[in-house]
Amino acid sequence: MTTAITKVTSHISPNEQLIFERSQHGRLGYRLAALDVEEQPLESIVPREFQRDDDLDGMPEVSEVDVIRHFVRMSTWNYSIDLGMYPLGSCTMKYNSRLNERVARIAGFANLHPLVEERDAQGALEVIYELQQHLAEITGLPGISLQPAAGAHGEMTGIMIIRAFLDSRDGEAGSKRRTMLIPDSAHGTNPASAHLSGFSVKTIRSTPEGLTDLDHLRELCAHGDVAGLMLTNPNTLGLFERNIKEICSIVHEAGGLVYMDGANMNALVGVARPGDMGVDVIHLNLHKTFSTPHGGGGPGCGPCCCSKELEPYLPVPKIIKVGEDYRLKFDEPKTIGRVKAFFGNYGMMLRALAYTLTHGNDGLREATEAAVLNARYIASGLTSDYDKPFDGSPMHEVVFTDKRQTRKGVHTLDIAKRLIDYGFHPMTIYFPLIVPGAMLIEPTESVGRQELDQFIAAMRAIATEAVEDPELVRNAPHNTRIGRLDEAAAARKPVLRWKPKHAASAG
Amino acid sequence: MLSSIGLKSAEDLFDSIPDDLLLRRQLNTPAALAETELLSRFDELGARNAGAERIKFLGGGAYSHYIPTVVDHILSRSEFFTAYTPYQPEISQGTLQAIFEFQTLVCQLTGMEVANASMYDGSTALAEAVLMAERVTRRSKVIASDSVHPQYLEVIKTYVQHAGIELQLVDFDRSTGQSAGALNDALDDKTAALVVQSPNFFGCIEDVQALADAAHSKGALLIVAITEAISLGLLKSPGACGADIVIAEGQSFGVPLSFGGPYVGLFATQEKYARQIPGRLVGEAYDKQGRRGFVLTLATREQHIRREKATSNICTNEGLIALAATVYLETLGKRGVQEVAYQSAQKAAYAAKEIGKLKGFSLPLSAPRFNEFVVRGPRPASELLARLATQSGIDGGIALSRFFSDRPNDFLVCVTEINTRQQIDSLVAGLAELSNK
Repeated sequence: MTTAITKVTSHISPNEQLIFERSQHGRLGYRLAALDVEEQPLESIVPREFQRDDDLDGMPEVSEVDVIRHFVRMSTWNYSIDLGMYPLGSCTMKYNSRLNERVARIAGFANLHPLVEERDAQGALEVIYELQQHLAEITGLPGISLQPAAGAHGEMTGIMIIRAFLDSRDGEAGSKRRTMLIPDSAHGTNPASAHLSGFSVKTIRSTPEGLTDLDHLRELCAHGDVAGLMLTNPNTLGLFERNIKEICSIVHEAGGLVYMDGANMNALVGVARPGDMGVDVIHLNLHKTFSTPHGGGGPGCGPCCCSKELEPYLPVPKIIKVGEDYRLKFDEPKTIGRVKAFFGNYGMMLRALAYTLTHGNDGLREATEAAVLNARYIASGLTSDYDKPFDGSPMHEVVFTDKRQTRKGVHTLDIAKRLIDYGFHPMTIYFPLIVPGAMLIEPTESVGRQELDQFIAAMRAIATEAVEDPELVRNAPHNTRIGRLDEAAAARKPVLRWKPKHAASAG
Repeated sequence: MLSSIGLKSAEDLFDSIPDDLLLRRQLNTPAALAETELLSRFDELGARNAGAERIKFLGGGAYSHYIPTVVDHILSRSEFFTAYTPYQPEISQGTLQAIFEFQTLVCQLTGMEVANASMYDGSTALAEAVLMAERVTRRSKVIASDSVHPQYLEVIKTYVQHAGIELQLVDFDRSTGQSAGALNDALDDKTAALVVQSPNFFGCIEDVQALADAAHSKGALLIVAITEAISLGLLKSPGACGADIVIAEGQSFGVPLSFGGPYVGLFATQEKYARQIPGRLVGEAYDKQGRRGFVLTLATREQHIRREKATSNICTNEGLIALAATVYLETLGKRGVQEVAYQSAQKAAYAAKEIGKLKGFSLPLSAPRFNEFVVRGPRPASELLARLATQSGIDGGIALSRFFSDRPNDFLVCVTEINTRQQIDSLVAGLAELSNK
């Protein structure tokens, strides 16, 4: 079957094929217990016309060791937090405790079906209830739903709550209030979530200092059509919106509500609370601030926390405590409805509760202090070599640009790729959109001074290379399994799945 | 470190926060627990979930299947579970290639041409499919059979409430359990999509081909939802029956029950709609030396580029759970997926036959089924099942009165390959005993 022997390079792993290309007819990687009931003719169970007739064409046939080698080899091509610093701004890539993983695998949770009667899941419901209590305390917002599965899902939930509240408060007149204000520095999910709730988006400018432009906000609020504001705080430039109270009152006076994107809560836990700032509703990212693993792109968990006034609009079921019992409450006439089947990404809630419990109240604040200190340390260490567009003191993340390096034709993308050669995952690049050539760096609390110094040294070395040998930087990375991929060609003629050779040539 | 950057105390780190906003007290959450304390706390909480230990015949969107040991082993590798979304392809090829394989497997199973990198779960994938049908057809009415999982229908309602989409539910046939001719009557030239589930919430297999023909005759799309994905090992694929969008809950593929999540939504469609798909897509790409790799592609559909004009707001999806499904499907391979499906169907048929013989019990729906079926008992199902749990240590099914007030005595029984004959016989014996009291 094999057409030609492929020479390996330094190790076999760089040549690991797709599993479909490794498949061999008749190989098995599993064994089921023998069927122990009397078989009935299959046609008597499922009529032939409803049965599959393609023999699952193309699905692989491999042994267990094939599977293990396949994935272990592929795994070596990934960077991960456990290898080192992962300074993606606004992503909060902190250490994922193994203890929390162990907790999530306890049989009493892992084997629990979501549709058991509530009396048979009291421990599981207590976990949800207790985590709700902790998040309410941390945000200063008492109404909580853990149902949303990710940050964007929590945003959608929060914005739908705002919409339901306004429609209920204003009746018919509510239909005029359909504008959501979003700063130009916001995450792309914000406008997309606003759109899902039927709002049109107006963009608020940032000031040269990198903060929300209050005059522009007032101007936009003067038209009587504002449903609310979606604000990230600290914002995506890593700066605390020090006028947040005034911002909230401007929006409130205009009849709107304030939604806070909690992506950057790692700067605030134990230090300041959105509820005290005048925020009405916020989502959190348990997969950022509360250390649940990012898993190569999820699962996340995006709890939605809101004021007492908005509580009736939260998704159902609510998890409440009656006496000593935990109950599901479905009877909520004002609810926006259900946003996900069952209770949400429950496994993430277990891990997040384990995080708050192992940190304790003082540890939660200490983590915030360390995260901010680390970002400040990087800010101070890179200012001599990179353009820092905003003077304000950064919180947990700091933005630099490629302004000085572009003179030599070296851009942010090149700096990011060159950082890979130095053994670091790149920072967030070209975001926020309002900063040309942005490099957004968030070290989190999970790195020590030694590694911060190494990171700073690597960045400074790249700045020197950009002057002395710009080609070296422009062609980076040099030490990875593959070089830069032609993404434009990939999008022009997308190949989104493997096909057998005969089918591929026919198609 | 503080002094090296010119600060005196930790307080100074927060000098950009106005004084009146600083929390001047400790958080009112518990003091830190040590590892041993934490584990005993969670062990104790876990022990208070009686449902976890019982023999189960529970389905309804979450299923107990055998999970090969290798699945959790691969998931537990640092390189997979502590990686971020693969935005830097040069150091994310492990994740990217796994997603490419996942997309391929989803296409093979569903019989569709393209699949995305995952959605949150089956219910949200279905809601996104409805929104996509509106974009594709530019029509605003969506018809759904009420034999779709009731929680999935609730999620659709939430998602479409501000999207200008009218959702119309149509009764299924109460004697066969299949979506009936009434659906045909509801279809018209304003219909964007017809939404069905097969096997449906009541375990009945739908005539997907006929439903596709009916939808297409009015220019509507057929959206097929699957909650028991292992059924794809035995049942004709929705793609082969003419479905336009297929979504599934992928939990059956190697994912623990975990009280309802995290699971993984599968989303597949035809190639001509690739640019309307919500969520991430991984595609093949080459470097300058001609080496094959994989990248996130067609990103211009997504929120970080298109913002409010994006096909969806989804960003983080269910990467690690998609990896679990990929490892599961590759370990079982085509033969394993077929055998799990075959055994589940045979064992369910055996259980149905035996329960059907019991005095006072009947199987009210006549349509063919895969591994779930409705049983009508002699008394209220919630009471019957509670007694069965206490007396026999068996969770014998889901009382349908929880979802439908007109079905007091009905319960939904699910049997999979991990239920032994002995367990099934105990279930039958337990029910027999209760019918006599």
